[in-house]
Amino acid sequence: MSEHTIAELENIANILRLHVVEMTYAANSGHPGGSLSAADMMSALYFSFMKHDPKDPSWDERDRFVLSKGHVAPILYAALAEAGYFPVEDLKTLRQVGSKLQGHPVRGKVPGVEMSTGSLGQGLSMACGIALAGKMDGKDYKTICMLGDGELQEGQNWEAAMFARQNNLTNLIAIVDRNRLQITGDTEGAVGLEPLPEKWKSFGWNVIIIDGHNMRQILEALDKAAAAKARPTVIIMKTVKGKGVSFMENNAGFHGRACKPDEFERAVQELREVIE
Amino acid sequence: MTGEKLAQRNYYGKALAELATEDPKVVVMDADLAGSTKTSEFQKVCPERFVEVGIAEQNMIGIAAGLAASGKTVFASTFGVFATGRCWEQIRLGVAYPKLNVKIVATHCGITVGEDGASHQALEDIAIMRSLPNMIVVAPADAYEAYAATKVLAAYDGPAYMRMGRADFPTILPEDVEFEIGKATVLREGTDVTIVGCGQMVSSCLEAAEMLEAEGVSAEVINMSTIKPLDTETLAASVGKTGCCVTAEEHSIIGGLGSAVAEALSETVCVPLERVGTKDTFGESGKPDDLMKKYGLTADDIAEAARKSISRK
Repeated sequence: MSEHTIAELENIANILRLHVVEMTYAANSGHPGGSLSAADMMSALYFSFMKHDPKDPSWDERDRFVLSKGHVAPILYAALAEAGYFPVEDLKTLRQVGSKLQGHPVRGKVPGVEMSTGSLGQGLSMACGIALAGKMDGKDYKTICMLGDGELQEGQNWEAAMFARQNNLTNLIAIVDRNRLQITGDTEGAVGLEPLPEKWKSFGWNVIIIDGHNMRQILEALDKAAAAKARPTVIIMKTVKGKGVSFMENNAGFHGRACKPDEFERAVQELREVIE
Repeated sequence: MTGEKLAQRNYYGKALAELATEDPKVVVMDADLAGSTKTSEFQKVCPERFVEVGIAEQNMIGIAAGLAASGKTVFASTFGVFATGRCWEQIRLGVAYPKLNVKIVATHCGITVGEDGASHQALEDIAIMRSLPNMIVVAPADAYEAYAATKVLAAYDGPAYMRMGRADFPTILPEDVEFEIGKATVLREGTDVTIVGCGQMVSSCLEAAEMLEAEGVSAEVINMSTIKPLDTETLAASVGKTGCCVTAEEHSIIGGLGSAVAEALSETVCVPLERVGTKDTFGESGKPDDLMKKYGLTADDIAEAARKSISRK
């Protein structure tokens, strides 16, 4: 889309983080932890990598984004609003009766939301369908699917992973937000995912491992994934749940709850300090 | 009055094969059962728009949703148990909620699947699909109606579920029968009892009506090939005249056609209702005819239910 410097993209990520904290605080619910870990990637996708037009959300040639980890809807809504799909003021209606900004994303309600998600483990299958349609129609759009790490415990992901390889969906990019925390705590303590890169490799995917908070690595990984001539590509980004707010970092408690008033003041202050 | 015995799935396959050239938006999917569901007929003529997902029904529905979101008209097929139960929540979130253009077409529904036994006999599929908002539920009465319904569903932009049986069974409708979503048809007029059937039970309903006629009982028979949205108007008009009702389905009486009719009657014309269907039980292995007898799904059972319904007036 537009040309932003790395510093600008990092700054946008923090603006998105501030929106997440504010909107979940206003809703007094929602999932800030996994929203904050995904913020840098979302900034890179919507403000650098993806071909899209907020004025024409159904533009035929657009790249498609599917948020499989639908509970982090706040970060998607923040990115869409900042990109210009709808007014930023609408963000404060999150989770309110009558709002388009439902607790989990809904196709058809929000401009820019491609698929309804929220029940984990389903987005990659949907993304396969979109990517397959692109191949059938000879389109060169990319389909990008962001997955949580915990949701890889859902077996359907691996059905989709096999299908993507079988159908050589080189136009499909999966991104795993590897923040290592699910509601119960450490993913490895629930049902372990490691060795995760080897799992994807054995399913026939290209695997790129990056620091999900390093904007240069993020951009390079996306370019590399987009250039893949064979096999679908997964970017496993190592992230910190709650990234950007000191007391939320690596704190599974913030998976599914908003800040309390005193926490909110601190979070806003921390984020405002780093936003240009 | 009945025609030759034909399998609905063969006519589904025939319709799909024609759609391959009639509608370039149509994509057909299957989960390793194309030879049985007859989606193979489409695959033969249009391999580039046929999608094999392997034995992975949940993935099939997710992919179907993605294809539909990209402008495709998707037909996704497998056996009834797997097409609905195995991936119900995928259908709910991916297809029904965003109202995407996916037709879930199941074969091998009902107890006449026979020897494979209860694991493969879908007797709850209408119930669970009917409960989904935005979902249309269709059970054509014979092969000709299955063909017509396939064409109509292809032209309809939205989610739908169609159930068919496995076996060859008698055709009862004209070969060029027209199908309209949500429109029931009165196949036989009568004044003493209304018999409402869906799927292959409709032919047994007609048979029951003949038995009753021999006893001097005049039965009206309705083919309720769309179970949702239910044609309440046709139903209410009929029972308003006859004063009692019987439903017949190769499905559980819980949640299926019988329930749908009970719901509609309770809000329109309250009359005695008897429901023929499986009675809160699983099926078992056996020859289809033996199973239909054992589980009370024959024309005799329908006629007996009609007598009972009339006696309760």
